[in-house]
Amino acid sequence: MTKERLVVIGNGMAGIRTVEELLARAPDRYAITVFGAEPHPNYNRIMLSPVLAGEKTFDQIVLNDRAWYEDHGITLHTGERVETVDRAARTVTAVSGRSVAYDTLLIATGSDPFILPVPGRDLPGVVGFRDLADVEAMLATAKPGAHAVVIGGGLLGLEAANGLRVHGMEVTVVHLMATLMERQLDEAAGWLLQRELEGRGIRVLTGATTEAILGSDGVRAVKLADGRELPADLVVMAVGIRPNTALGRAAGLTVNRGIVVDDGMVTSDPAVFAVGECVEHRGQTYGLVAPLWDMARVCADRLAGVAGSAYTGTVTATRLKVTGVEVFSAGTFSAEGTEDIVLRDAARGVYKRVVLKDDRVVGAVLYGDTADGSRFFQLMKDGEDVAAVRDSLIFGQGAGAGARDPFAAVAALPDTAEICGCNGVCKGTIVTAIREKGCASVDDVRTHTKASASCGTCTGLVESLLALTLGDGYVAETGAKPMCKCTHHTHDDVRRLIVARGLKSIPEVMQTLEWTTPEGCASCRPALNYYLLCAWPGEYADDGQSRFVNERVHANIQKDGTFSVVPRMWGGLTNPRELRAIADVADKFAIPTIKVTGGQRIDLLGAKKEDLPAIWADLNAAGMVSGHAYGKALRTVKTCVGSEWCRFGTQASMAMGVKLEQMTWGTWTPHKFKMAVSGCPRNCAEATIKDLGVIAVDSGWEIHVGGNGGIKVRVTDLLCKVETEEELLEYTGAFLQLYREEARYLERTAPWIERVGIDHVRDRLFDAASRKSLHARFLHSQVFMQDDPWAERAAAAVDAHEFRPLANLTRYAAAAE
Amino acid sequence: MNAINAPSWIAVGRVADIPARGARVVRAPGGDIAVFRTGTDEVFALRDRCPHGAGPLSNGIVHGRSVTCPLHGMVFDLESGRTAGPDACTATSVPVRVVDGVIQIANPAFAEAAGA
Repeated sequence: MTKERLVVIGNGMAGIRTVEELLARAPDRYAITVFGAEPHPNYNRIMLSPVLAGEKTFDQIVLNDRAWYEDHGITLHTGERVETVDRAARTVTAVSGRSVAYDTLLIATGSDPFILPVPGRDLPGVVGFRDLADVEAMLATAKPGAHAVVIGGGLLGLEAANGLRVHGMEVTVVHLMATLMERQLDEAAGWLLQRELEGRGIRVLTGATTEAILGSDGVRAVKLADGRELPADLVVMAVGIRPNTALGRAAGLTVNRGIVVDDGMVTSDPAVFAVGECVEHRGQTYGLVAPLWDMARVCADRLAGVAGSAYTGTVTATRLKVTGVEVFSAGTFSAEGTEDIVLRDAARGVYKRVVLKDDRVVGAVLYGDTADGSRFFQLMKDGEDVAAVRDSLIFGQGAGAGARDPFAAVAALPDTAEICGCNGVCKGTIVTAIREKGCASVDDVRTHTKASASCGTCTGLVESLLALTLGDGYVAETGAKPMCKCTHHTHDDVRRLIVARGLKSIPEVMQTLEWTTPEGCASCRPALNYYLLCAWPGEYADDGQSRFVNERVHANIQKDGTFSVVPRMWGGLTNPRELRAIADVADKFAIPTIKVTGGQRIDLLGAKKEDLPAIWADLNAAGMVSGHAYGKALRTVKTCVGSEWCRFGTQASMAMGVKLEQMTWGTWTPHKFKMAVSGCPRNCAEATIKDLGVIAVDSGWEIHVGGNGGIKVRVTDLLCKVETEEELLEYTGAFLQLYREEARYLERTAPWIERVGIDHVRDRLFDAASRKSLHARFLHSQVFMQDDPWAERAAAAVDAHEFRPLANLTRYAAAAE
Repeated sequence: MNAINAPSWIAVGRVADIPARGARVVRAPGGDIAVFRTGTDEVFALRDRCPHGAGPLSNGIVHGRSVTCPLHGMVFDLESGRTAGPDACTATSVPVRVVDGVIQIANPAFAEAAGA
């Protein structure tokens, strides 16, 4: 039986969500073809703001990568805008000339930014804020000190303004109305928001009308109706969106503001469905994400042959995605016959307003503390009578009963309550996933339900649900814990914010992120030092006083306060000259113990601290450099003798080990990093318990990652097989950089991979562009790292204070006797 | 008072010779002394041997008015030498003062005799 042909025009959130819902209902019914005008796979459009602000990468907002389309047998044509629909012949034709026939057509063309019809609107430098191309255009212009004018002080405009400000631009928001986000916020909240943004250095002009955009080759300034001219290198038009109906109109479908659909998401042609921001349903058009999910469900039901499923409209709520600004809004706050309950706490910057009508919640505006947003929204959607709880309503769930129980609010929510607004996941779905699918962590829940997978603001709610459902069986994840007692931020948050806010020193991080101790502790200081070093290569000045003694003095402290010294032996190879120098050093400095290490190096134990520079000088003179056996750093590359000597060897593992070590030595990593290269699958170098292990096979090299021979032995995962040396080096650099950028401080690769999943690593490394970019960042960081720290201290007397006593008072011993 | 001829305070160096949030060692008759400089330029001195595992405190990370021992991570108060928590112990303090940017410690021989 041949499958019915479903063609989807639009590779965005609405279209692909419908396909996902359809696959869940009738996986084999349709042969599906998707056309996308953008060159990318399906991504989370509402997360463009964090991408602009540098808080997320594009990779992190991809919803379905190309492999997903392949896995589901979907034909994907990206970068191909559909130009015509022939409803009589039932074909669509793309700009490329490609023509595809359909039995059923789904239009999900979304919306376009509304561009004000002012002179100069077509000048280069005028962009909307709608897709990745817009973000890229903004980032290309975003230089510290350059001027940006954002026209429109609504949700999108403010997120754009914040993102550009984060990049150091001088940003002015031009807003027609008297207060910001006037459709979602009342005057008080709008003012608080304006004050917050002004505090961040964003200039806000309200009641301002744009008259023209000035410039010749490109935008130069924005002219307001009152005659003021605002200098501008970039103009972002964010005054609104309008449904993209051009295709529907050209195809002869009924179109008003949007493509008109009935409750089954069917257009005026029964063979053509439409969903998302391009549609008009019961006279309404939508510009938020929640309605898309509702439409996608109904549309999928209908496509799968479930009759009777009907879309009846969506009540929407809004959250602003600007880090550090908590704004929630839902429903109405200016209707007739309503009453207000208001709470203000100026010291905390909190403003809450709940709007009631006939004892039912009809609207809510929350600023500064949005924890109760979901609850008010649910009360509003349910139309519940709140007369009985009216007295304490504004204080949140459990108020008045002593300390607030964080679980009470979540426990009280009905199963239909929406937990994840981005992905439209309700409480019941999550609880079912925990009970029936055995989800035991936030990540499990994310994988199964997508809850908290997008903006992440509902992570706390998901954790509460896990705790409630599993009781004592739930062990809160370390990831959600603060870095240390000096802060409430997690490791991941701190790393993200260092990059997003351009924090470049430890004091700046502590000030901006509100550390609760004046200068941190022995736990957070080394972590911050590493995160800054990784984020700003060549720019951040390493803070020795924030390093553990081993990394400060480049040797390993022993139980008696002496140190051990391990010179580097590339790939575990040495020669008579090096061995003589080591023997001479051992004699000269009375080294009590010499030991061969597990990483194929020679360890000189029991060296006195003040002797270290002289020891290093002697080792340097024989051509040896620091082995970094003391650091959270690239330690060793262990090798077997390989095809150079071994009867069984298939590749030159020693030479490859040396190459790998020469590329990677000197790098600082979240925890120690060990490698090995085996010349054949007999694996004499024990590569499968290394952070990165290479095993030679006849046709090339296998790369294994995430192994560990420590307390908890973990065998590596096979990452992939490569054929050439260049590929091997590129994968190694990229893997190291991914680990450097994403793992938490003191997290080895094994627990890191257990946490994020090997598939995540594969996703980042198998995409050629992503891999090359990681590798390039690694090589860039190495430019500043491959100076021998021993030579600096031995010859150039760096940090001499570390090795010399401040004073010697032993002569007073005589006087005392 | 057999140390009567030796000065009671001995200059060991300048505050600027110690990095902020760092420490240096002074060799002394009764054993090494760790001299600490905090982020706010306060100066303290402890015997460079933690009472828990003989850890050289001069190698620890200095934060606020505390130092974390490099061997097992115990946190010592720089002024009192005490640790907090269940296995509390006390490192030996050495009297120290700063005069015109010069660090002086109490005559170590005297301090040792007094501490004994």
